[in-house]
Amino acid sequence: MKDSIIRITKMIGLGFLEPVIRLIHKEDPQKNIREIFRKIIAPIASIIIFVFLWNSGANALFNSLSTSKIEKARDVGGDKEAERVAKLIQSAKEKLNGEFIISEDPADLKALENNNVYAVAIAKEDGSYDIKSGLTPAEKKEVPVTLPSPFQTKNAFYTLLIDYKVVRANKASFKEKTFEMNKKRVANGKKAITYTGRPSFVDQIKTSLKTVFAGFLLALFIAVPIGIIVGLSKTLRGSISWIIQIFKPVSPVVWLLLVTMIVTTLLRNSDSDSSFIISFISVGLCSMWATLVNTAMGVASVNTDYINVAEVLKLKPLQKITKVVLPASLPLIFTGLRITLSVAWMVLIAIELLAQSPGLGSFVWEEFQNGANDSNSKIIVAMFVIGLIGFALDRIMLFIQGLISFEKETI
Amino acid sequence: MAILELKNIYKTYNHTKEYKGEILDNINLSIEEGEFVAIVGFSGSGKTTLVNMVNGLLKPTEGEVLFKQKPVTGTSHERGVIFQNYSLLPWLTVYQNIDVAIQQAFPKASKQEKDVRVKEHIEMVGLTHATNKRPKELSGGMRQRVSVARALSMNPEMIIMDEPLGALDALTRGNLQDEILRIWETSKRTALLITNDVDEAIYMADRIIPLNPGPKATLGPEFKVNIERPRDKTSLNDNPEYKKTRNQIMEYLMDLGEQQAAQSTVEYELPEIQPKDFRWHSK
Repeated sequence: MKDSIIRITKMIGLGFLEPVIRLIHKEDPQKNIREIFRKIIAPIASIIIFVFLWNSGANALFNSLSTSKIEKARDVGGDKEAERVAKLIQSAKEKLNGEFIISEDPADLKALENNNVYAVAIAKEDGSYDIKSGLTPAEKKEVPVTLPSPFQTKNAFYTLLIDYKVVRANKASFKEKTFEMNKKRVANGKKAITYTGRPSFVDQIKTSLKTVFAGFLLALFIAVPIGIIVGLSKTLRGSISWIIQIFKPVSPVVWLLLVTMIVTTLLRNSDSDSSFIISFISVGLCSMWATLVNTAMGVASVNTDYINVAEVLKLKPLQKITKVVLPASLPLIFTGLRITLSVAWMVLIAIELLAQSPGLGSFVWEEFQNGANDSNSKIIVAMFVIGLIGFALDRIMLFIQGLISFEKETI
Repeated sequence: MAILELKNIYKTYNHTKEYKGEILDNINLSIEEGEFVAIVGFSGSGKTTLVNMVNGLLKPTEGEVLFKQKPVTGTSHERGVIFQNYSLLPWLTVYQNIDVAIQQAFPKASKQEKDVRVKEHIEMVGLTHATNKRPKELSGGMRQRVSVARALSMNPEMIIMDEPLGALDALTRGNLQDEILRIWETSKRTALLITNDVDEAIYMADRIIPLNPGPKATLGPEFKVNIERPRDKTSLNDNPEYKKTRNQIMEYLMDLGEQQAAQSTVEYELPEIQPKDFRWHSK
């Protein structure tokens, strides 16, 4: 019972809970308390220290920018103006770092009179929200925009969450409105009208994931077969290695341009979504090298014992590949695929940013261009989301690798 | 009639001017049908090279390997091989490991016949309880049993064993020797055993041939083992025939060892160099 719980927690990546489970079962308390300290308390402490350093750094930047803003105001409008700006900045700062109230009761809007409320979102019946910002227009005008503090980032996270719900409600009502009309249009052989409004943050994440998976699959279907062929033939390895050596270090930006050249020419008469095609092909081409190299290496270095077995059993060439060579090189292929997926995710953001294709990359870029009070905070939220998704993708690959691979030690 | 014949085998690897890499020279051997022959030799004397030429993984540089009067050009299901390091496919279960061999050897048999055959051979080596285990979960002795079952499942006319028990502990080794002998006696296949253990060779084989250590290893004189089968391990030690054969072979091998040691007592003059500490000068 205990062991199976531990195994399951380890499998889903919660291995750090092991000492807690052991402690609950009264197993070796001294050792497990030490383990809890090492695996749980110490990491939590490091998070607290991180947030503290971040907060003080952000505060320092905010204050330094405020001072220069106040001085500027003094130069322009004298001491009175400086005092006014200083006051606004002070109250804006309190509000920026304040609470984000989500409620169903319109009476809660009164909370906006307090100095420590960033915004209030009141739920509407259709699932949408009314959002009222705590900052007055005058405060918004004067507040310095710099590295956001952890609290501002938290508020930006809530903003994005509420925004997602609003967009979701919009979509639902749009669907309801156009349902009958679309039915007629489809019946008449016309295209249905689709929602073309603003995408929410969650939509951006979905698009990015879609692009990264398309790119990853492309890399898989190109790199693994080529890797196997290259790995099997020494001649081919020699003749093709220059391609790998030269193209592997090429920057994602250049790949994007190359793919754009080709795809725009090929799709000049088509109305398909070329930005998506361009970005996923670029992602695939950038990230496939790790898998290609690893597959070729894995196939080339299959243990001679296994090859001898294949010979002695007289396996036919194709069977030799499917029954011996491929399974034997699977651990290395999977290591390559793991690297490919993480590279794909990293490269994707840059490519979306440049290719203007929807997704997290363009979200970050648009927010940066936007320059609103909370744009920087939203960028930081996106940064954490990107990091967490990358981490999750890696864990998923690790999990699949563990299921497939026969060498349990590689985990 | 000889089932296997080696004629004037000469084998060399990576032939260059400085390094000739000559492993085997002037190897002549003939094995009768149903015979159990053991080749005994020091490690590194070229035993595995010799056995790989018999099973078809390697080709002799000069000379011929004849199996049933036909030259050996590659591996064949007629010669089952048991490797020293088991060589099981670690991603397959015991059942699947044997099934791969049977699929190859009997492509035309029905699914059910194949299944029966796999199970039969697993039972033969007493591993029915481990049918669905992977090699990683098995002990060394169990793995080698799977390897034996795999080799025999193809119904070979000859079993070639390359130090099959070399990596096992003494007790498991003894058990497996008995098991291999039992299987050999019931099916009366021809067997070629490569080993570095003289006792094992005497216990199992009809005829023992030492392999003189390389480079350019040749086969020594053959020793017949005139002990009746089934042989009993415990009483074997008191058998005068056993003692005689063992002494002869040991004497021969010891002589060889001494000769080789004498050959390699060339003295080299070493230059006088003081070790220098480079650790702090690495910049």
